[in-house]
Amino acid sequence: MLALLVFLPIVAFIAILFGAPARLTAIAASAINLALGLVAVATWKNASLWALSLPVLDKPALHLAFGFTDGMSVIMVLLSVIVTLAAVLSGSAPEGKGKLYFGSSLLISGGALGAFAATDLFFFYAFHELALVPTFLMIGMLGRGDRRDAAWKITIYLGLGSIILLAGLVWLANLTGTFNMVEMVKGAGHIDLASQKAIAALLIVGFGTLVSLFPFHSWAAPAYASAPAPVAMLHAGVLKKFGLYGLLRLAIPLVPEGLQYWLTPLLVLLLGNILWVGYVTISQKRLDLMLGNSSVMHMGYIFLAIAALIAFPGNPLARSAAIVLMFAHGISIALLFGLADRIERNTGSLDFADLGGLAKSAPGLAFIFGIAAMASIGLPGLANFSGEILVFLSAFKSYNGTEGLGPVQIACVLSIWGVVISAVYMLRAYRNVFQGPAVKSTQSAADITCVDRLPAILLVLALFAVGLYPNLLLNLLK
Amino acid sequence: MPAYYLEALTVTLGIILLMAETFCSCKSKAWVGISAAIGLAVILCLTFIAIGPDAKPDACWARWPLWNFYNFDSLAKFYKIFALVTTIFVLLLAVDYRKILARFTEVPDSEVGTGEFYALPIFACAGMMWLASAKDLAGAFVALELVTVTFYILVAYMRRNVGSLEAGVKYLILGALSTGFLVYGIAWVYGATGTMSLAQISETIPHLKDTTALLFGVALVMVGLGFKIGAVPMQVWIPDVYQGAPTPTTAFLSVGSKAAGFILTIRFLTPFLANEATRGPVLTLLLIIACATLLFGNLAAIPQTNFKRLLAYSSIAHAGFLILALAAWAPETAVSLGSIKVVSFYLATYLLMTLGVFFVLAQVRIQRDGESISDFNGLGKTNPLLALALTVLLAALAGVPLTAGFIGKFFVFSLAVEAKLWIGVGIGFISAAAGFYYYFSVIRAMWWNAPADDKAIVLPSISKVCIALLTIAVLVLGFWPQPILALLK
Repeated sequence: MLALLVFLPIVAFIAILFGAPARLTAIAASAINLALGLVAVATWKNASLWALSLPVLDKPALHLAFGFTDGMSVIMVLLSVIVTLAAVLSGSAPEGKGKLYFGSSLLISGGALGAFAATDLFFFYAFHELALVPTFLMIGMLGRGDRRDAAWKITIYLGLGSIILLAGLVWLANLTGTFNMVEMVKGAGHIDLASQKAIAALLIVGFGTLVSLFPFHSWAAPAYASAPAPVAMLHAGVLKKFGLYGLLRLAIPLVPEGLQYWLTPLLVLLLGNILWVGYVTISQKRLDLMLGNSSVMHMGYIFLAIAALIAFPGNPLARSAAIVLMFAHGISIALLFGLADRIERNTGSLDFADLGGLAKSAPGLAFIFGIAAMASIGLPGLANFSGEILVFLSAFKSYNGTEGLGPVQIACVLSIWGVVISAVYMLRAYRNVFQGPAVKSTQSAADITCVDRLPAILLVLALFAVGLYPNLLLNLLK
Repeated sequence: MPAYYLEALTVTLGIILLMAETFCSCKSKAWVGISAAIGLAVILCLTFIAIGPDAKPDACWARWPLWNFYNFDSLAKFYKIFALVTTIFVLLLAVDYRKILARFTEVPDSEVGTGEFYALPIFACAGMMWLASAKDLAGAFVALELVTVTFYILVAYMRRNVGSLEAGVKYLILGALSTGFLVYGIAWVYGATGTMSLAQISETIPHLKDTTALLFGVALVMVGLGFKIGAVPMQVWIPDVYQGAPTPTTAFLSVGSKAAGFILTIRFLTPFLANEATRGPVLTLLLIIACATLLFGNLAAIPQTNFKRLLAYSSIAHAGFLILALAAWAPETAVSLGSIKVVSFYLATYLLMTLGVFFVLAQVRIQRDGESISDFNGLGKTNPLLALALTVLLAALAGVPLTAGFIGKFFVFSLAVEAKLWIGVGIGFISAAAGFYYYFSVIRAMWWNAPADDKAIVLPSISKVCIALLTIAVLVLGFWPQPILALLK
């Protein structure tokens, strides 16, 4: 059934290519996928229902294999289907580009689902790449602003990142002698230290580039700023998590000592994400660029959880923390990008200088954006808070009172400063866009319509559900 | 049916068509190309029922001494199929390319004197098929020359086009030079071992006291073969000749000629790689050639603005990957495919991707009258499906996963990692990254740039079917490579 989940968007894409009504097909496929995803949450432990493995090649043994390895896959699949539905619901294609617009969105979604569901290393990598190509094309063709430069930049960065990653993965497969990810992890523990160090470096840089780890992040903000809304939502919300998922799925269990060796550099880099990019975010003058940068910044917290897991193997909190925050960030950033697109369509601009007082003419939009902004800052009751608090707690899990603060704890203390930074830029953005006197572009701006509220409500519900009752996700991870 | 009938039939087909073309007064020569393609398709089917002497040792043909020069194993069969499929596609491409060809031959804009263009590839095909069965250096050399001489004519076929003539002269001079190297090298090998038969060379090597002379011969032969496969140091001709030659010839050169060169390289090197005494130096030589070829092909491709020239560099780059697979020499085992199968698989995927791209390029050349990357501007707007197909093909050439091209590269890297050729792996990854850049620059032109005019390209039905077929094959083999591997069994 997992294969159905993965291939449904791809089949829908082909149907659209051959003339099926684009928007309707996309919405139908995503809705079915959401339903399947919810069923998966309830029944994922039943492997015979979900898993599938078709031999593709004898030497080396490759299988087109899907399956829920553990709760993490379930959560990522759930995140993908929620964000996909929201993305196709809130997207509105330019005249005559419906096929391309919705077709590509579906392809990105199919690729992301395939990557999260695959249990074979080959297809794990391949599906992610499948999702990248339409991302590049969509940004280049339908983006706004400096779309070509942004698209070319993301193509080069992610292309290079993927190749570095591929080097690490091929090496891993070679050392473990299998492409089955489950067996790889089971047979872990016999990789020598020198290889571990090299592979860990390749994986951190490779996956890191895909997740916009500082200093490989500069593709992200311009790309998200120019991307059409569904692409920004799907990439920032879902596809980018592939890198983190890969680190948790492969790097942590397979090359723990290698990662340990790179722990301090990793901590420095993640602080670069949180503090450096945080300050960069504050100075942004456009809402889309600000959101793009904020998304880069928040990756730092998830890396902090990963660092806590590296420093203290078996850290019971860190893994859950990372996964919950991945989910929460995915939902909240998708909501923010979706709303930013709505603001641009209703007012014609995302420049802070051209906006102000939008809350008067569009109170509904202001309310939902407020919730999303609060979630992004990490207000208790919303999903991001559950994630962030778990991250900070997990960083102190290995804290030993007699020895004082270790590197991870110091990094954690510094990262908490990031919460303040988030509050500064989010609240400033909110004030600039929604409060104050109405200006020309916002005076007669339309409010969000009932239909447009649907995707937003879907995402807000997810934020509240996980925020108020994080056990929804944590139970899956037990 | 004895296997050598295949070559005999192919040559017969070529002769008959040449005669028929001479005496037929039809204005259009399309029928020559079509009947050649059909004839080769029949021979392609016959390949599957052809047998070697092992299958029927009692038959009188099985005792013929010809079998000392000619063998028919699964590899030979695979490369015969390869040559036939390539030639069929090239002939079909040539049929759709008639207009440009007619413009630059004897009587401008009439097809007078273009008939041989469809018959000559058949002879080259016969040569490639014979090469696939090469068992003896003398026989192999004759077959190779049959291919090369045919190409001398095909490259310079557009005789009123300066570019084509220039390409012809360059190809002739460098081809002759490489033939010199090849013959000289064969002479050294013969001098050192006293035999031309590859099987006997293999038996002689362990008894040699000193392998220096032999290795010198191998190096010379590799220079000569490097010309065929487009490897450093004999790669210089490729960009100019590819750019100048008629597009079907370029496609034929870059796929057929290269594959023929590789099967001969494999056949020639097998005895040396099988023996401890010569393996080390030969592998070092291969690794050096592979790294130099990879770097040259990929880095020089980056600044190109002419798409056909870009494809020439890309062809050098792919040769680099293929030689890297040979440099990581590994026999077939229970878990690994081994170098020979990997090279064959890679070549098969390369055939599909490259021919597909050439089909598109030919139509752009005809209908937009240009071959530079900027002539592909806005193809995504005027012909979305064609642009999608070309995107898939180029992504496959770049090695994007879930396309056939990725699986080929993936095999090569697996072999290289297995053999611990870290330099080769590193340069390979740099090259793959560079490849990403230059192939995507064409994709970028198609989708992101505005077209010069909004006129859509009208695909002739042959091209349409071929492009669709090749694109779908590239996608299907991307996650189900078994069909090609089954052919190799």
